[in-house]
Formats: sequence, C-alpha cells, structure tokens
Amino acid sequence: MNLNVYLHAFTGVVKREFWRFIQQRSRFLSALVRPLLWLVVFAAGFRAALGVAIIPPYATYITYETYIAPGLCCMILLFNGMQSSLSMVYDREMGSMKVLLMSPVPRSWLLISKLLAIALISLVQVYAFLAIAWLAGVEPPALGLITALPALVLVALLLGSIGLFLSARIRQLENFAGVMNFVIFPMFFLSSALYPLWKMRESSEWLYWICQYNPFTHAVELVRFALYQQLNLQALAITLGTTLVFATLAVISFNPERTVRAAPAKA
Amino acid sequence: MTIKTKLLPLMIAAALASPAVHAAKAYISNEKDDTLSVLDLNTWEVVETIDVGERPRGIALSKDHTKLYICASDSDTVQVMDLATHKIIENLPSGADPEQFALHPDNRKLYISNEDDAIVTVVDTESHEVLAQIEVGVEPEGMAVSPDGKWAVNTSETTNMLHWIDTETHELVDNTLVDQRPRHVEFREDGKLLWASSEIGGTVSVIDVESRQIIQKLNFEIKGIHPDKIQPVGVKLTPDGKYAFVALGPANHVAVVDANTYEVLDYLLVGRRVWHMEFTPEKDYLLTTNGISGDVSVINVADMKVERSIKVGRYPWGVVTLAD
Repeated sequence: MNLNVYLHAFTGVVKREFWRFIQQRSRFLSALVRPLLWLVVFAAGFRAALGVAIIPPYATYITYETYIAPGLCCMILLFNGMQSSLSMVYDREMGSMKVLLMSPVPRSWLLISKLLAIALISLVQVYAFLAIAWLAGVEPPALGLITALPALVLVALLLGSIGLFLSARIRQLENFAGVMNFVIFPMFFLSSALYPLWKMRESSEWLYWICQYNPFTHAVELVRFALYQQLNLQALAITLGTTLVFATLAVISFNPERTVRAAPAKA
Repeated sequence: MTIKTKLLPLMIAAALASPAVHAAKAYISNEKDDTLSVLDLNTWEVVETIDVGERPRGIALSKDHTKLYICASDSDTVQVMDLATHKIIENLPSGADPEQFALHPDNRKLYISNEDDAIVTVVDTESHEVLAQIEVGVEPEGMAVSPDGKWAVNTSETTNMLHWIDTETHELVDNTLVDQRPRHVEFREDGKLLWASSEIGGTVSVIDVESRQIIQKLNFEIKGIHPDKIQPVGVKLTPDGKYAFVALGPANHVAVVDANTYEVLDYLLVGRRVWHMEFTPEKDYLLTTNGISGDVSVINVADMKVERSIKVGRYPWGVVTLAD
C-alpha cells in the first residue's frame, strides 16, 4: 500500500468533513455566535473598564474582553471537538461508518485524518472569530496571530481526540446532551478561560486545584501565551501529553464492531 | 519647519552619542517608600533603588542635567542629588511640606509650593538663599515656569485659582479662576498657552498666557467609568504641539487629546490612579506613574498604545527622564 492510498483516504475524510461543514451553515454561524455572545454580552457585564491586573503573558493592564478572547477561541475548538464526536455517533447509526471502514488503510489513520479535518475547519472559525474580536477592540500583536497557529492546531487535536474517545463510548445520539452537561460545561467553566486562576484561588482553594488539573486550562494558557508570542512550556507539555493519551485511547477504544453487534441485540 | 530645525540637532546628537542613549534612565519618586526607582529605558528594568528623604513627591532635573531636585515633603526640604554618584549632596530650605516645584530657565530660581502654609517659596539653588515667599491661595500645589522665564504659575487646590507670579518682582500679578481643585499646570513649548487640570472639576482648562483667560475647557467621559472617578492630574504636551496627554487619576486611563482641535482622541488603559507623566529623552515613549498599583506604564507615542507596565516602589508620584 503506497502513500497515495493514505493521502486519498485523508483527502476523502477532509472533503467529507468540509462538505458537512458547508451544508450546515447554521453550524458555522452558531460556532461564531456563541463566542461572540460571550465576548459582547458576558464581558459587557463584567466589563473591567478599570483594567484586569497584570498577569503573564500580558505586559500591561488589559480589558476583560482581551482576557477572555483566548478562552473563547478554545471554546470554539471545544464545541467542534465534541460535535465531531456527535457526527461519529451519527455516522455509526446511519451506517456510513461502515463505508469508511472499508478503506484498506489502518483505522488509526482514518481517525487521525478525521482529527486533522476537524482541526482545519475549526481553525477557519477561530480566525473568523479573532477577526471580529479585533473590531471589538481585542488587539493582540499581529504576529501573535501566526504564532498562535501551532498552539491552536495542538489544542484542536487535543479536544478532537477527547471527542473521538467519548464517541467510542457513546452509543446513542441522544446521549449527546449528557456530553454537553458533563464534559463541555465543566471543562469550560472550571478553567482559566473566564477568570485568571489567582481569582479562582481567592474564592476557594479546591476550585483552584480542579482548574489546575483541567487540561483545558493548559490548552487555554498555551493559546493565550502563543497569541502574545510567548511559549508556556508547562502548558505545552501538559497539552501535548494529554493529546497523546487521548488520541491513543481513542484509537484503542474505537471498535466499530461493537455497534455492529449491538444493533441486532437492540432490535 | 520648526520641527525640522529642532529635530536635526537632536538626530545628530543621537547619532553621535549613541552609547549615551543606551544608558537612558528614568527616575521615579516613590512617595510611600521614601525612595527613588531608577528605570533603565532600554531594558525596562529597575536597576537601582535610592533612599531619599521622607515622602518624595515632585522631582525635577537641573537644566544642565547634573542634579536632581527632590521635594521630600515630610522632611520639609528640597534635596539635591548628584546624578553622577546618586548621592544627596545638599538640602535646600524649602518651607514646610514642599509638594511640587519648578525650576526657572536661569537654572537658579526654584519655585516651590508649600501646601500647608499657602505660600510659594523661591529659593536660589546656588546660594541656598530664600529669595521670596509669596502668599497665594489655600493649598498651593501645581507649579510651572513659562519657557521665557517671565511667569511662575501656581495652582491652589482649595481656592481653585491659578496665581500668576512675575518672576522679576516676585509679586502676585493676576489670578485665573478654574474648576475645582487645580492640580497641575503645563506650558506649551512656545509659552503661548497654558494647560491646567482640575482634579475634582474633572476638566482641563486651556489658558491664553497673554490675556490669562480660559479659551477652552476639556471634558472627559469614559464608557463604564463613573464621572467622579475621572480626576485629571498630570498633563503633558508633545514637543511638536500635536497631542496632549492627560492623566485621569483613579479612572486608570490617560486621555489622548488633539492639542489643536481639543478633541479627545482616545483613552489608554494604564495602572491604578495615574498621576504624573514624562516623555523619554527621544520623545518616543511616555511614562506614567500609577500610585495605587505601584507601577509605571509605558505608552508608545507613535502607536498610541500602552506597551507595558513595570513595578517600581509603593505610590510612585513623580518621574523625570535622562538621556545619559
């Protein structure tokens, strides 16, 4: 089997994800509207016109909008990562998964292709969000938009692999609401996306530690630092590590036969 | 044309003295710590902290840039520091509680406002003699000498007036009524206009020096900040006369004003309770002292953006910058 087959499978998966994305225009809009609502409405309520205290990577005082922008970028990646798990469950229920699995390439390659496809599409949305946020006065250094790219890709892979790992566990479409409640919201709220961790610590020590152990915190910090042309090594190590763990888990636990067997049992 | 003629010698000097430019420094008085912080303007790091008299507030360079005058308010003296050695070499008689002062272009006469005694003391920096004590309004604060050396202007916080003192006769010649609690006065480089900030009034008055009348009053408004918090204190004008910067105290912002149309162009977020400001020697950055947050914010003048904030001592008050 030569490289072309791999490439063919890869482009096939990307194309399919791309068409799905084009057809669900509302999904693109909602992926943009959600963080924008947070930026405009939520940040307005908490509007720190008098400035948020200096914490790295910021060199001076910032507005609250500026603070939450990296977290909102990661929010887009989080929702897309989870939504991809939804599409996997959907594919499985509709049977299109079987078609995909006919491919002669290893299953892990298909999963990696899927992860990259999700990441690519998410990045379009993240940069669209950053462009609008720029108009709203969130102006990171222009070069930071480029240095943030590898960080965003890595975070997209992390959240995508968490999504894929979960999709291997979710058997029915209806369970997706559960994922929302038990994965997306806690991950997002119990992180440094909305408040700096020192602020969390002021309110309670255990809350601080939960946030500290949440990989999403480190994903947000990685993006935050990269957006200001800085490398947060700790965040990079943790994000990279958890990505590898979840990607491996996703590949291992992804067993298409399970549902095939489960189907007649259900009927 | 005037800009060019002024810039040319500057550029030549900069080209010739580039090693000196690298050692550009800022001195910041820390009111609560009784110290001065020395900030390296290339690395943006505090390189030295110097112990001085009690409650240092206003600071000013001698015209030849060899000495630094420091109002040590609670020591009731104006200290003189040698800039080469960073040692206090003498104490000048200043009257009680000196807060702000201004040096005459002759490099000798120092005009000091004595907040508690409602007087302005004039001291000869060479003979240490008190040349005059002029009665002004209650709680004198801001002090400036016109570029031609003709006028010394003092602001009194409680009387709400600018007091015009003739520097030849040392007599109070005229008063200009401004809004509540005038804190600071700043002459335009050509000496034709005077900008005066009113802390409680929340305004800045622009005064024609010849007629000593207010020709324009500026108001400030920042979305999301209560008007009571907008308390203008420090004022700085760019040497090209294009822009004015107004420090808005507890509003944590510096207003950027078009100095010709008097339109407020922008509000820049800096540290907490911003008071006084100074340009770097090359005029490309503006430093602000932020009292409550204990830091100095650095504004890039070309971009009109705050680039960084640097921790100094507690309650930084005054700032001067030095090219070598």
